[in-house]
Amino acid sequence: MTLILRVSGRVLREEARVSGRRKEEAFLAKIIVVTSGKGGVGKTTTAAAFSAGLALRGHKTVVIDFDVGLRNLDLVMGCERRVVFDFINVINGDAKLNQALIKDKRNDNLFIFPTSQTRDKEALKREGVDRVLAELKESFDYIICDSPAGIEHGAITALYFADCAIIVTNPEVSSVRDSDRIIGILNSKSRRAERGETPVSVSLLLTRYAPDRVTKGEMLTVDDVKEILSIPLLGVIPESESVLRASNTGTPVVFDGESPAGHAYLDAVARFLGEQRELRFLKPDRRGLFRLIFGRA
Amino acid sequence: MAGNLVQGALFTVMVIRAGLLRDPAFDTELAEQVRRSPRFFKNAPVVLDLKAADGFGEVAEFAAAREILRRHTLTLVGIQNALPAQFEAAAAAGLASFAPNAREPSRRVRPEPEPAPEREAPAPLPPASPVGRTRLVTEPVRSGMQVYARGGDLVVLAPVSPGAEVAADGHIHIYGALRGRALAGASGDKDARIFCSRLEAELVSIAGRYLVSEQLPADRLNLAVQIALVDGRLTVTPN
Ligand SMILES: Nc1ncnc2c1ncn2[C@@H]1O[C@H](COP(=O)(O)OP(=O)(O)OP(=O)(O)O)[C@@H](O)[C@H]1O
Ligand SMILES: [Mg+2]
Repeated sequence: MTLILRVSGRVLREEARVSGRRKEEAFLAKIIVVTSGKGGVGKTTTAAAFSAGLALRGHKTVVIDFDVGLRNLDLVMGCERRVVFDFINVINGDAKLNQALIKDKRNDNLFIFPTSQTRDKEALKREGVDRVLAELKESFDYIICDSPAGIEHGAITALYFADCAIIVTNPEVSSVRDSDRIIGILNSKSRRAERGETPVSVSLLLTRYAPDRVTKGEMLTVDDVKEILSIPLLGVIPESESVLRASNTGTPVVFDGESPAGHAYLDAVARFLGEQRELRFLKPDRRGLFRLIFGRA
Repeated sequence: MAGNLVQGALFTVMVIRAGLLRDPAFDTELAEQVRRSPRFFKNAPVVLDLKAADGFGEVAEFAAAREILRRHTLTLVGIQNALPAQFEAAAAAGLASFAPNAREPSRRVRPEPEPAPEREAPAPLPPASPVGRTRLVTEPVRSGMQVYARGGDLVVLAPVSPGAEVAADGHIHIYGALRGRALAGASGDKDARIFCSRLEAELVSIAGRYLVSEQLPADRLNLAVQIALVDGRLTVTPN
């Protein structure tokens, strides 16, 4: 059994297992990796929403695209036409940090660090990444790392320096299994693990949750997933068409006040910052049905 | 000395593809694995799988392979999938032959080794008492992870995920759900048992006998059970 007390920037790992309570430790989380193992589950969407959410709460935040070669984050953040230098240029010393960072037009606290589309993931040299992250730590409250899918070099580099990990999982068996795998890797291959420090604080974000399909038994329930992964739950993001609209217009979904997914992300950010928030959007949306009946979109 | 001169036993042995030995990354990768779980690899037996491997027709090549593995604390004990010429050279190098091989001079190739028949007469010697100590795991064993308690029991205080594998030469106790694989008596101890608080396993095995998920008795699923080998059959009883 895992008790979730609180997942926050000042992280309390608090797990009561059969063996009894585990020692409580607090540390200041700066580097947050958004990871999943499986592809296409919503990591980039989450990295964008979460960083924007932290910025909206007044924290100076930078979101880095570790998905070298694919480069999706700048599109989702809507700054693709302002990219001059990228993460790899800075790692290689070809550009300065402030030449590559892009300031968000909607929020002064938010910065985007795009990646290269022409290079491959091998270009992520660990020492270089270490140096860049150390420099970012000086001036940012939070550094969000958008990991590529998989469990190879790119994904390992993205999680290696993390203090916290947000495990993005969809309510289906293969996604849960890959998340489980990546949690094992965080526990063994992260820098914190290698150095024997306080382990990376890992929490679960269940995304693309479709309550009607869960009710029909086509998808796993929140409890199923929590039970298998046995890590604290940070939030549940409903499946919502507003997400696609948001990424197509280059707007993190938290900027859409109408979007249930946006609200669910803001709740998750609040929980991350230590607040208590009830889980929402776990039941099928009756209003949607209503609108359908009355023929309104 | 009468009777029971030779007894059958089943063992878990690591198999390494012969071709890998020539891979430049092999040395560092194996070293890394050994570094991570030194107890697992210490003096562990290895079988070289010669399937599709070029060469290995000379005794010297086997000696070299033995030397490479020795450096990583592993002991080369035999070969598998050998062609006749490779088979001769391996035998000359003092290596045992593990089925299947392309042609073996003296033994019939069996697709799957049958466990030794249960004997009526009591064994002349009790099996050596396990020397290893109990291994305790407090964190969930997650997909892709392997935990092996060599020479002793394994106690896991958390769930074992689908896609994870726990093994022990002795008993396995899981104070949580068993959703992956569990192999007790991995070196052949037929008295080993598996205990778990919730049975959802992909596979359970004792001394080489195993049941896969769909063979598990449906009325025992999701229950706290113990699994034992009784008269050569795996039995699952509620706790
Ligand atoms: N809550 C949601 N509701 C509806 N669609 C979603 C939701 N979250 C993500 N999506 C959609 O799923 C697709 C994949 O999302 P995203 O690119 O964020 O995944 P990813 O994990 O970063 O993928 P990759 O592994 O390729 O990097 C996108 O089309 C996105 O719009
Ligand atoms: Mg992505």
